Amino acid sequence: MNRRTLLATAALGLGLAFGGSASAAGMDKVKACFVYVGPIGDGGWTFQHEQGRVALEAAYGDKVETAYQENVPEGADAERVLTQMALSGCNIIFTTSFGYMDQTNAVAAKFPNVMFEHATGYKRDSANVSTYNARFYEGRAVQGHIAGKMTKSNKIGYIASFPIPEVIMGINSYYLHAKKANPAVELSVVWAFTWFDPAKEADAAKALIDQGVDVIASHTDSTAPLAEAAKTNGAVIGFGQASDMTEYKDGPRVSSIIDNWAPYYIKRVGALLDGTYAQADAWEGIAGGEVTIGEITAAVPADVKAEAEALRDAIAAGTYHPFTGPINKQDGTAWLAEGEVAPDGDLLGMGFYVEGVTGDIPN
Amino acid sequence: MLRLEKRPSPSGFWQATTPILAVALTMIAGGLMFAALGKNPFEAIRTIFWDPLFHEQFASYSRPQLLVKAGPLILIAIGLSLGFRAGIWNIGAEGQYIMGALAGAGVGLAFYPAQHWYIFPLMVIAGALGGWAWAMIPAILRTKFNTNEILVSLLLVYVAQNMLASMSIGMMRNPEGGGFPGSRNLSQYPSAANPELIAGTGMHWGVIAAFMAVIAAYILLQRHILGFQIKLAGQAPRAARFAGVNPTALVVMCMGISGALAGLAGMFEVSGPAGQISIDFNVGYGFTAIIVAFLGRLNPIGILLAGLLMALTYIGGELAQFMLGLPAAAIQAFQGMLLFFLLAVDLLTNYRVRIGTRKEAI
Repeated sequence: MNRRTLLATAALGLGLAFGGSASAAGMDKVKACFVYVGPIGDGGWTFQHEQGRVALEAAYGDKVETAYQENVPEGADAERVLTQMALSGCNIIFTTSFGYMDQTNAVAAKFPNVMFEHATGYKRDSANVSTYNARFYEGRAVQGHIAGKMTKSNKIGYIASFPIPEVIMGINSYYLHAKKANPAVELSVVWAFTWFDPAKEADAAKALIDQGVDVIASHTDSTAPLAEAAKTNGAVIGFGQASDMTEYKDGPRVSSIIDNWAPYYIKRVGALLDGTYAQADAWEGIAGGEVTIGEITAAVPADVKAEAEALRDAIAAGTYHPFTGPINKQDGTAWLAEGEVAPDGDLLGMGFYVEGVTGDIPN
Repeated sequence: MLRLEKRPSPSGFWQATTPILAVALTMIAGGLMFAALGKNPFEAIRTIFWDPLFHEQFASYSRPQLLVKAGPLILIAIGLSLGFRAGIWNIGAEGQYIMGALAGAGVGLAFYPAQHWYIFPLMVIAGALGGWAWAMIPAILRTKFNTNEILVSLLLVYVAQNMLASMSIGMMRNPEGGGFPGSRNLSQYPSAANPELIAGTGMHWGVIAAFMAVIAAYILLQRHILGFQIKLAGQAPRAARFAGVNPTALVVMCMGISGALAGLAGMFEVSGPAGQISIDFNVGYGFTAIIVAFLGRLNPIGILLAGLLMALTYIGGELAQFMLGLPAAAIQAFQGMLLFFLLAVDLLTNYRVRIGTRKEAI
């Protein structure tokens, strides 16, 4: 333990002495650290990041050492956790929730030789901060298609977390493709204002079910919405979110969006090991393997399943973009003209619903 | 045969010794738990209690953090201890903490982006008033309608949390925040900021206020008639009535002081370490302060030490999580053990353990 920290300190000193960051020369061993917003057993978002960490250890064996901290609140505590990690000799720190954005950048400024990777954020204030995200809206398009075909009440629901572009993008993609599959469909959005709170997520699902919704998608981290849907004995279906949530396969879960962070973590730590690491802004989707559509179960008719898979494959092949015009904003003004594809900048700053979604984005 | 015998008066020796005994027992039981989780118990205990203070790599950073974490705990616990001594149970400090932060931040945000020297002092006053006003609800309901202040103050925490959520996404939301809930960052707004006063010490106005509260409470309890009344009301309510203690005034006073101090803690936190109003702003200081108050024997000096110890378990607990891979829940269980053992060994203060059967004939 002491020898290792001594070595890490020495390596840091060497890096400083030669005036280059540790990444320039490559490293013999990397310590990668992860900050999680929920518990690793949440069955969703944090669980998938944890799977990525485990895969990273498996990929590099002795050349990588990892550490993580779960349940870190998005606030003053995060800054302390990040500082302690940087002090403890972590070479690269992955901060896996949007709310760590300011803390990540603040701590990164103080530790120029430690690499910081912030998931789903957009601020890269210093050269050692990279951001990474996945094009979840591609998966939402497939979910939306299934939802539109499967609903009997023509009422579909969405449990949203926070009104940030990331979430609004998902709602819009889900709605657009449900509407395309079933023009009579109506979407209800419930804002939970949390990433992980099984009780609140269950309440939100219950509220949707009480309104007659029979297909529920969620943008929160736990399996609680599926557990709530399972109580209806098949009347209500839902999707696995972030993780496959296979334990509900015989019940309400008809498909899922799986976040697969392992390739990214392996790539970035590998770059640090061989000295090719550079600041990045990664945004991969189905094509890059970061977003995977979980198995579509037998509860979905074969033709719907085939359509959904064709949609998935078209997105992966790059022949179809989920945001292809004509699309109007909720207030009726034009956003994308016929055949026009949404630029990434519009998506990353998305603060409006598309035409047809009812209700307001809370502000 | 073990037998308990009530002491004629609480033992002074055990009163001072039980907290230390409780910490020792927590270390033993916690060590067993860590061992059961497959970790080296000695390494775990060392990481929690020793490394934050003396580890060559972390200590220079985590020692000041100890003050940052202990400041609000001590400030709130001092206020609570006055009421607890008098038998007035304010369990809702968490809510008063939130309301103090909202009132303080509200004043600061209203002035944004003007720069005046008087903005921060006004925020301090508003923070204290916010917490005070929230505590007055259970106080007045108790004195006028004889409701139970434990229930009312606790339930008001949930009301305050909803106000906090509503403010974070509504009135106080940062218009430049890209839709994410949360106010502007007050710590980046010089007139409203509560910065680290001396770099590298963790010392901010909230920590100073906590130390001042410790001294003030000590003097109050030792020298002031109100302190005497508080102690008397707790020990002998009937005697207190005869001695001319006005129970209504005492409830209003104790609830008011604890509410104001909790509000101040919230205000210093939101303008300093936390920086902004957000949905997750409150992290349980108001509830943890109850443990701190009892761990410190409701004594101001004791609370000061207990607050620092509690902060140590938080910061050391975090270190243990990522250095040793201990689960977060194990750290929480460890902190819970501390209160559990404290209450358990408290028995020794009021009772004497006797071996053998009672000799006297009846």
